[in-house]
Amino acid sequence: MNACRQYLSRFISVCLVSGGILGVMGCSPPNTEHQQPNGIIYCSEGNPASFNPQLDTSGTTVDVSSHQIYDRLLDFDLITGEIVPGLASSWSTSADGLTYTFQLRKDIAFHSTAYFTPSRSFDADDVVFSFNRWRDENHPYHDVSGGRYPYINSVGLDDLIGSIERINRYRVEVTLVRPESSFLANLATDFSIILSAEYAKQLQAAGTPELIDTQPIGTGPFKFNSFRQDRFVRFDAHTEYWRERSTTEQLIFDITPSSSLRLAKLMTGECDAMAFPTHSQLDVIRKRKELILDEKPGLNVGFWAFNTSKPPFNNPQVRRALALAIDKNAILEAIYFGSAIPAASIIPPSSWAFQPDSRNTSFNPLEATRLLRENGVEEGFSMTIWAMPVERAYNPNAMKMAELMQRYLRDVGINANIISYEWSTFRARLNQGLHDSVLIGWSADNGDPDNFFRPLLTCAAIDSGTNRARWCSKEYDTLIDKALTYTDQEDRAYFYSKAIELISQEMPLMPIAHAFRYQAYRDDVTGIEINPYGGIQFRNVSKP
Amino acid sequence: MLRIMLRHISLLILTLFILSFFSFSLAYLFPGDPLVNLTGIRDSSEQTYALLAQQYAMNDSLFSQYWHYVNNLFSGNWGLSFSSGLPLAEEISRSLAASVELSAYALIISFVIGLPLGFLSGLRHHKFIDYSLLSASVIGYSIPVFWAALIAILLFSVQLGWFPLSGRISLLYDIPYDTGFILIDILLSDVPDKEFAFQDALRHLVLPSVSIAIVTSTIVLRITRRSVVEVMNSEYIQAAYARGLSPRQVFVRHGIKNALIPILPLLVMQFTTLLTNAMIVETIFSWPGIGNGLIQAIYQRDFPAIRAGMLAVSALVLTFTITSDMVIQIFDPARRRPEDATS
Repeated sequence: MNACRQYLSRFISVCLVSGGILGVMGCSPPNTEHQQPNGIIYCSEGNPASFNPQLDTSGTTVDVSSHQIYDRLLDFDLITGEIVPGLASSWSTSADGLTYTFQLRKDIAFHSTAYFTPSRSFDADDVVFSFNRWRDENHPYHDVSGGRYPYINSVGLDDLIGSIERINRYRVEVTLVRPESSFLANLATDFSIILSAEYAKQLQAAGTPELIDTQPIGTGPFKFNSFRQDRFVRFDAHTEYWRERSTTEQLIFDITPSSSLRLAKLMTGECDAMAFPTHSQLDVIRKRKELILDEKPGLNVGFWAFNTSKPPFNNPQVRRALALAIDKNAILEAIYFGSAIPAASIIPPSSWAFQPDSRNTSFNPLEATRLLRENGVEEGFSMTIWAMPVERAYNPNAMKMAELMQRYLRDVGINANIISYEWSTFRARLNQGLHDSVLIGWSADNGDPDNFFRPLLTCAAIDSGTNRARWCSKEYDTLIDKALTYTDQEDRAYFYSKAIELISQEMPLMPIAHAFRYQAYRDDVTGIEINPYGGIQFRNVSKP
Repeated sequence: MLRIMLRHISLLILTLFILSFFSFSLAYLFPGDPLVNLTGIRDSSEQTYALLAQQYAMNDSLFSQYWHYVNNLFSGNWGLSFSSGLPLAEEISRSLAASVELSAYALIISFVIGLPLGFLSGLRHHKFIDYSLLSASVIGYSIPVFWAALIAILLFSVQLGWFPLSGRISLLYDIPYDTGFILIDILLSDVPDKEFAFQDALRHLVLPSVSIAIVTSTIVLRITRRSVVEVMNSEYIQAAYARGLSPRQVFVRHGIKNALIPILPLLVMQFTTLLTNAMIVETIFSWPGIGNGLIQAIYQRDFPAIRAGMLAVSALVLTFTITSDMVIQIFDPARRRPEDATS
């Protein structure tokens, strides 16, 4: 019996050992990573709505398409913010500021993929086609995929352009209906991409024009390979790309909606870079030596807008009093974890229109109480603070911010009720003007300061739903319009400083913070740079 | 034998009929237009809508509608997913294959761990090693699968960095879809660096399959242990010793076989438990299987995907259970019902 047991334990140990060997073969050592195919994996936050940023202003769509698949006529220099040549090698403006002539680059190849083989290189026809798609309502492609071009409509680019003509194969002339100095900046935004007219023609002949937005063709550094919802977007290198690019052969967007999972994947090396680290994750990233966290002041502003169409918020003195009641620095500490700078105006310091001497409202509850009582707002007055239900760079936690402000307002005798709805309902009700005040903000799409002044506070922006204060001032509108008729930055800055002064007198909104933008990536990745003017760029990104 | 087969097949057909009817009625129970819930095609033009209504006989009696629904199911027309707009038959067969693959490897691991330990425990009945294995198995059995998976991720992925924590293979490898089983697909494909892709896929498999296998291993261990104890105490083993066989001969000739035969069916039946656990673990490891798919579908209120996914999973489990039961009864007469006996 004893011998039997001895034999059995030998038998069992043989089983265990062989099982172990099998296991070890399965878990081959992790040092095989250099054997992986050459490519960059970016953990992104969601599914793109399409692969055409003309159709959608959401950051997810822009990130995945604008700078990967497409090029623009002009680009922003990421460091200086200047407008630099893109597909247009040079441009000239007529003396009256109405006619722009673009000289196009030659021999720029469109993507050649499984579904399209270009027969010609990029030329004026592609520019005319791309512009006319959103400009001309009778264009065969205008209504394909919905016929709405949110960014272009919101800045009025479609109405600004009177005509666009092909002069010769590599020259295009655009005539405006009125001079506007932000025109070139708008052409450099993520949304003014150039599509292939030849591809469009081919699709139309095949009866499937809508594929232009889901199986895209462009001239950008990466060409589309495949997309699986909730899983990944796969790109291959566009080897004939006209600019310098890294030798990265593949670019993959690994769609990971959970931010903690994105961070975990970044730690294990399953991602090379991740989208939108949350403020609470920043310290974790800083502590890991294999991870790098870049930060840059963002072109954004978070603010508290008062509904100036409702009494008593139509009184500038009341609005000033409310702003005085809030301790901005405490909010910055608690909500942004110090990853933002206090905002004195709606213009962030990285913009050339920034006024370094603009006054920041101080925290003064006594003065606030006095002003409120003087203007007939009695102890126990009730108002609503609407707090965004979503996380945004300019306001990572509007709910919590509203709760803090509730306490400050109680000290000056005001009962604040916090209101929040699901995001699309929230915006719909804001557009109806049902709020007393709202915590919201704005991220710029281009480096031009007009992109802050116009959408946030002009009269016309009340209807297009970006003027949350519903504030309308003829004086302000005149200043903003006048600034655009000048092309010289100093001339324009004069009008903008006047506008900023007007805002701080009238206080239609209380600017709170300009938040930093973050980019987290692994230390073996090079070439990632934060693009303050929009979507992420992978052209120069590589890893050994 | 014919009788057994007939009985099982009719049972299978009847239950599948009930299941398909249930899934059909879901189209009416979910909010919205039943036709849209069946086809997954929203915002269709009037023309296409009329065409679809005809295809699904929406204007006829419920019975006729059901009949057309089943016909569509069999011709592979399962409708489209709301969220991706892709045909569900393809989506589901892809994700089902991923789940089955994961469960199959987990089952193998459970056998590799559970069987030898079960033998050891059974042979050392009432000894220290038996008690410690038994208590380990109780602990393993009581650990919630999702918790084990999360701990495994924290330890082996995030802290030690040994294994990846999501997916089936690094996205850098573009493995063409063929059978749906990633390891087989890699071997069939002609991607460069095949062996590295294979290794990478194996590394992705380790954590999910092991965390599922923990529970099943403990079940296998306990079933095996009980059977071994029973067999080693039986008279024919004593008789074998009495005939002068060596312990090795006794164990190899009489022990192993007699201990395994009665429990094999029980072990095979663990596959369904495994599949259920796999569906939970998939969501944690972002494994692109049916469990993950169903959870996403529920989040996104993708009614056609919920309907078809539930039907596919339940039909698979049902077919597997009834078929294995049938095979067992055919090959093991001892398990047949004493139907010929008088009661």
